[in-house]
Amino acid sequence: MPLKRSTRRTLGRAALYAVLLGVVLLLVLTADWATIRANFFAPAGIGNPFVGDWGTWPDLITVGVKNTLIYTAVAFAVGLALGVVLALMRLSPVAAYRWLATAYIEFFRGLPVLLVVLVMAFGIPIAFQGWTPPGGTVGAGVVGLILVAGAYMAETIRAGIQAVPKGQTEAARSLGMSAGRTTVTVVLPQAFRIVIPPLTNEFVLLIKDTALLFVIGFAADQRELTTIARDFMASSDTAGTSTSLIQASVLYLLITLPLTRLVSWLERKQQKAR
Amino acid sequence: MTDTTFATNPTAPAIEIRDLHKSFGSNEVLKGIDFHVDNSEVVCVIGPSGSGKSTLLRCVNRLEEPDSGQILVEGVDIIDPETDLDAVRSRIGMVFQQFNLFPHMSVLRNLTVAQEKVKKRSKKEAVEVARANLEKVGLGGREDAYPAHLSGGQQQRVAIARALSMDPDMMLFDEPTSALDPELVGDVLEVMKTLASEGMTMMVVTHEMGFAREVGDKLVFMDGGVILEEGDPREVLAAPQHERTQAFLSKVL
Repeated sequence: MPLKRSTRRTLGRAALYAVLLGVVLLLVLTADWATIRANFFAPAGIGNPFVGDWGTWPDLITVGVKNTLIYTAVAFAVGLALGVVLALMRLSPVAAYRWLATAYIEFFRGLPVLLVVLVMAFGIPIAFQGWTPPGGTVGAGVVGLILVAGAYMAETIRAGIQAVPKGQTEAARSLGMSAGRTTVTVVLPQAFRIVIPPLTNEFVLLIKDTALLFVIGFAADQRELTTIARDFMASSDTAGTSTSLIQASVLYLLITLPLTRLVSWLERKQQKAR
Repeated sequence: MTDTTFATNPTAPAIEIRDLHKSFGSNEVLKGIDFHVDNSEVVCVIGPSGSGKSTLLRCVNRLEEPDSGQILVEGVDIIDPETDLDAVRSRIGMVFQQFNLFPHMSVLRNLTVAQEKVKKRSKKEAVEVARANLEKVGLGGREDAYPAHLSGGQQQRVAIARALSMDPDMMLFDEPTSALDPELVGDVLEVMKTLASEGMTMMVVTHEMGFAREVGDKLVFMDGGVILEEGDPREVLAAPQHERTQAFLSKVL
């Protein structure tokens, strides 16, 4: 007797769950949990908050997370200012400004961030001996991040400016506002509202890009999160294990996941407002 | 701020246009327009879509750049590169089909921002002028609302109040009621009638034949980038001379 359509569907579903359960069981039963715990979740690093043992978290947070956030904030703020200038240049009536901005944006978007950081941190100081970049080598590395972030943000902001309806500019100009006044008072405030979600995304990308500063080599108290986690693999209570990298991952996700959730919430809100 | 940058001629017509040409690419939308609006005159411009009537209106404050011809506003040549265009524009109020209120500003701020930034009025004076004009368009008390929370008719009346707050010498209306639900058109037309009765110089691109008949001093019919007929609105609407005017009016009336 042929099975009813609904019964067949239920059985098919059950089979899918059975396969999943089997795979999970197999992994759980065959995994070497002792080795995994020792190498990725070493108690000396993870600690045990219930008995007041904080492991290596305090160092990772007070040095690594703190510096990562500082470098990100500086690179974002200055990159944003650079991005606004580049975006306005791209939309300038002066052709030379448009070409310059386009050349800059295409140049820096086409290069690996790591390469730009290396040039800024090592190449430039070697070329100009005796000149120290602001903030030392770290500052030079952050400048590398700024140069690239500015290029990406310029494109985002340009799109935001162009998304402001033409009627807004016309209304402002018809009231006698100059072109500059119109940009500052009417266009940019609306453009920024439009680009808040993509700019937040850019912020998340920058948080992760600060890990590239690893190549610079830091003084102990300047280390960002990835660098300090890497150092802890070599010398700390969890040396020789990946525990500090796992801990850094958790800390990155604690910052980035809420931000990406925020972005999708903002995007949904904007969608509704349209 | 005193407008020392140009001198207006009080005896000149409010708007005078001579042999105006304008093309978009290969499409010539204005083919030699001669046109004038006298002080305190209400001129309605009608015609089928694509006839060039909105482009003509938008040339008066140079939102569209004419290709050739002359545009004099209160006797001042606005195509002359030496003319302070921003100063001229601040004396010409403009109302758009799509209202174009600033959505990130409250109603009050929409009305005060240009007064402060362009006319350099104090905040106190700007607010007083704004409140008076909101009252005038029947929206007193809505100062703190944002444009998105107003109906289309209310938004358009705020837009009129915004233009009036600059104390303009004349007003341009670009199909001010075309984007409105039918039941909201009346309020906007009412405000425009009040303005006309107060002696405001007005150039109105519209499809509202009733308004043109009742309020207009002159009616201009455009088609294909030229003015085909102009005259007293009651006469033109009752007995159009040109056959294309007859055809157009038979469709819209």
